[in-house]
Amino acid sequence: MALKIVKGSIDRMFDKNLQDLVRGIRNHKEDEAKYISTCIDEIKQELKQDNIAVKANAVCKLTYLQMLGYDVSWAAFNIVEVMSSSKFTYKRIGYLAASQCFHESTDVIMLTTNQIRKDLSSPNQYDTGVALTGLSCFVTPDLARDLANDIMTLMSHTKPYIRKKAVLIMYKVFLKYPESLRPAFPRLKEKLEDPDPGVQSAAVNVICELARRNPKNYLSLAPLFFKLMTSSTNNWVLIKIIKLFGALTPLEPRLGKKLIEPLTNLIHSTSAMSLLYECVNTVIAVLISLSSGMPNHSASIQLCVQKLRILIEDSDQNLKYLGLLAMSKILKTHPKSVQSHKDLILQCLDDKDESIRLRALDLLYGMVSKKNLMEIVKKLMLHVDKAEGTTYRDELLTKIIDICSQSNYQYITNFEWYISILVELTRLEGTRHGHLIASQMLDVAIRVKAIRAFAVAQMATLLDNAHLLTGNMQRNGICEVSYAAAWICGEFSEHLENPMQTLEAMLRPKVATLPGHIQAVYVQNAAKLFATVLKSQEGNTDSTAAQETSQLMIERLPLFVQSANLEVQERASCILQLVKYIQKLQQKDVEVAEEVSALFAGELNPVAPKAQKKVPVPEGLDLDAWINEPPSESESEDEQPKAIFTKEETKHSRPRHIEVDEKELARRREARKQEQANNPFYIKASPSSQKVYQDTPGVEHIPVVQIDLSVPLKVPGLPMSDQYVKLEEERRQKERAEKKKKEKKKRKEKRSGRGKKHDSGPESEEDITPAHMVDIVTEEMPENALPSDDDDKDPNDPHKALDIDLDNLGEMAGRRPLADSEKLPVRSHRAVEAAKSPGEDGDAETVATQQPKKKSGKDKRDDKKKDKDKERKKSKDEKKKKKHKHEEKEEDLLRGEVHEPVVQSEGISQVAELPTSTSAEVSDLDFWLSNAPVPSNTQVESPPLPLPLISSVNTPLIHSMNYWSVICCFFSRNLSLYCLPMWISDLFFCLVLIFLTLVFFDTASSLKGHITLSSSILQPSSV
Amino acid sequence: MIKAILIFNNHGKPRLSKFYEHYSEDTEQQIIRETFHLVSKRDENVCNFLEGGMLIGGSDYKLIYRHYATLYFVFCVDSSESELGILDLIQVFVETLDKCFENVCELDLIFHVDKVHNILAEMVMGGMVLETNMNEIIMQVDAQNKMEKSETFIFQSTRQDR
Repeated sequence: MALKIVKGSIDRMFDKNLQDLVRGIRNHKEDEAKYISTCIDEIKQELKQDNIAVKANAVCKLTYLQMLGYDVSWAAFNIVEVMSSSKFTYKRIGYLAASQCFHESTDVIMLTTNQIRKDLSSPNQYDTGVALTGLSCFVTPDLARDLANDIMTLMSHTKPYIRKKAVLIMYKVFLKYPESLRPAFPRLKEKLEDPDPGVQSAAVNVICELARRNPKNYLSLAPLFFKLMTSSTNNWVLIKIIKLFGALTPLEPRLGKKLIEPLTNLIHSTSAMSLLYECVNTVIAVLISLSSGMPNHSASIQLCVQKLRILIEDSDQNLKYLGLLAMSKILKTHPKSVQSHKDLILQCLDDKDESIRLRALDLLYGMVSKKNLMEIVKKLMLHVDKAEGTTYRDELLTKIIDICSQSNYQYITNFEWYISILVELTRLEGTRHGHLIASQMLDVAIRVKAIRAFAVAQMATLLDNAHLLTGNMQRNGICEVSYAAAWICGEFSEHLENPMQTLEAMLRPKVATLPGHIQAVYVQNAAKLFATVLKSQEGNTDSTAAQETSQLMIERLPLFVQSANLEVQERASCILQLVKYIQKLQQKDVEVAEEVSALFAGELNPVAPKAQKKVPVPEGLDLDAWINEPPSESESEDEQPKAIFTKEETKHSRPRHIEVDEKELARRREARKQEQANNPFYIKASPSSQKVYQDTPGVEHIPVVQIDLSVPLKVPGLPMSDQYVKLEEERRQKERAEKKKKEKKKRKEKRSGRGKKHDSGPESEEDITPAHMVDIVTEEMPENALPSDDDDKDPNDPHKALDIDLDNLGEMAGRRPLADSEKLPVRSHRAVEAAKSPGEDGDAETVATQQPKKKSGKDKRDDKKKDKDKERKKSKDEKKKKKHKHEEKEEDLLRGEVHEPVVQSEGISQVAELPTSTSAEVSDLDFWLSNAPVPSNTQVESPPLPLPLISSVNTPLIHSMNYWSVICCFFSRNLSLYCLPMWISDLFFCLVLIFLTLVFFDTASSLKGHITLSSSILQPSSV
Repeated sequence: MIKAILIFNNHGKPRLSKFYEHYSEDTEQQIIRETFHLVSKRDENVCNFLEGGMLIGGSDYKLIYRHYATLYFVFCVDSSESELGILDLIQVFVETLDKCFENVCELDLIFHVDKVHNILAEMVMGGMVLETNMNEIIMQVDAQNKMEKSETFIFQSTRQDR
């Protein structure tokens, strides 16, 4: 033994500790990975030893390696071992390691439950503290359920150090085990008024987190928080509370009115910028919630904007950033007050800090008007040219488009200008937003009829120069633009000056390198162009020209027929056949142009994106009904709903090829050939076509030369948007002059001799008339579209489960007292009770009243079922629960039959406190909100009332109450038949009867989980 | 809520990483790299906030950082935290480290990452701010260290007895 110890300690001398490990890693910079792997081997050896000190040292090193990115989950069990050491030093190492690498799917975590429970109740506050800290990082639903009650007890610990940790960790517990929120909430609320500021701050923290997600449930706490806000001096707490109020005000405008004054005072008095900023933020939120009908709040707005201006002008970039951020919130409701600071914001666009520029951009969005749009966009375009990073440039691009297109192009007066801006934007190298530009082009061209001729001309130029724009096809998002260009040229081809040239541009072989969905559009629109060209050429009675055009089509289209993309292939082959037929007709001198253009006659109007959804379902049509018998399951699983128009899908996801090595491919090819040769039904392809196939440039095999141009391309013949700014100025000048003239005339006519007073002022918004007669085609909607709001919340949000009605808890337990099932599960260790027969339960009841905190109905059943090994208990929990449900149901019925109110003993109603009327609570908040002075204690204690008889039957179950009465009547009559001495065996019979009745009434399922057992049911006196 | 606290040096070597949400080791390293990439290319006199990276967070999250000599202290927080408050918190953290290590430098963090974790645990717990008062933090840390010392003392003496 002694030898062993000596040996162990000698070994330990050679063990590396954390410092040695770090030093070693630093000394092995070249072969770090190798060195670490030897270290890990050593650690594995160390972990095998019995000495806990060695293990702890090893775990400590593992924690460090975990930070470096090494997976140490294999040591999870050893970590648990170290956690369970009785020494604080090792315990701390163990918990730290656990907090760094345990997570919900770590399976050894279930072994820790009892250890953690032991540590939580340790007399040493630091053991408890370390356990709480560790638990906060790796709490799982199981741990939360099993430990919730222990942690709740700790919330009233004598040491504030423990209290604050326990309060904080409750938030994590709530997240993992939402059922604990209701029972724990009264105590959490108590902690808001804890004497220790740390605990108070923790409670505020937790409630703020909860309230942020589900604010409406926490409105009733407003008076309490208001009191805290006016009394607290801790800036952290104040900030949290003020943030919380920011979340609450949208729900209760009256609260906002009350808040304005203290917040304004704080803004004036505080020296802490963080607090000032949060106050301003909340004032903004308040003002948003009150946005209408409060004339005297313009002062507050002014104050906010003024303070924010100070922030933005500050040399501290952080303040500048936050100022802009808050400004953008004001902008939403009070754009006017922000617009006066346009100079400042444009100045921020030149800031060297990207975050600040982005914020300023956000602000610009709301500041544009018809008057300044061109100016602002011009400035942005300059930034686009200067921008270095693609992300910022892309951001600029989207912002420009957002700004211009907002509220249905409200601010655009000259669409020629807008189109040229879009065309200029296409010169951006490597932007990801090609499709955005494309959709804008399409949208404008379709909806603004007046602009079509101009747009078509521009797009034709774009198509001509497409090879320049899309130098680097595959990666370059900008090639999406050619999608729009081709479509516009095709659809509105009547506006083309030289359709033949465009047609040729669209049929260039280079087009075959474009993504499939774009090629498809090219092919389709080439056909439209073809129709137009034919029409013009036949009009000229020049039959040879028309035939040449057909010949061109026939020559170029086969390239597309061989495309790998199905869509392209299909369209191309259809059109090729069509053209061949046309050529035949042409050779017979038949006039075909009319008929061909009839193919594409009619106008395409834009359809609202939601139109399809809004088509009302006709009466008698069940969309979910099967038309045919449902196919077998395997089929239906494979089937994926396919979009009809697959533009979106194909855009970015190139078909992924499964990589098969060359040999395998060759082997398969050989096998296939063999098979084909032997198959008499296989039609062999003619050798010529196969050859063509190999020669044609498939998208995949072409080595695309990447053209990387450092200079932004200047495409000849494309317009510069700048000229429009000048033009616009001139136009406006002219208009103004004309107007003046008119006014003068008018005045002269009226002979009003007074001097000009007001016409020199700046022109107002309404004065600016659009350059074109803009007629924006509205999107089509089905005739009887239904208005619908379809913003769904994310169903996966973990906070959804915490949306629990918390009012009326505790002393206000009127509407929904805590049901027994809602009490926290407690670990019970009363094995004595297990052996008891129901007859003796009266005694158990008295014990229960003496041990209030250890009791709940559910766990008593647990005991009855035999006390299980603690580890095994959890795994069987599921099974047990089911059994309990039955028992609970039956026994609750028993209680129902007792027709005298059971006065619940105070001990048991540990959390389910006494109910009062709900209206008292509601009017309480109302009272507070409608009264200026803050009552010192707003939560009025109400006199205790006995619990209602069937307290656990909740409101949603009221409809089933009549079943209850039926059962009760039936049962009470039956009871008289049974005499007391035999009541135990009869009781069982009755239970069976009731259960059958329940099943009969089909309420079993709905009652499950709502009806639970109270511990006082089985008193013999009640029978 | 604080989602993660990272400390790395000017070369992106992690000195401390604390994630309050679980990520795999690989993702964690990627997040550290990405964050370093985002933070390190910023000038000294720009604002200390930036929108979260792709990996960590999303639109609701912000990176709030401070740069001290050779180290970056980065907090990834959501919108329920006050930006300026977190900056103050970082300051408190660093000052606390300074007090605990007596003139803290990068080497202290390199060799005593466990101690840094222990100090951090007294400030932030499970992603929520636990304590912002420096004296209180130092008091608790000292008390725990004292306890540790007394334990090792007992341990050594018992070994000597045998």
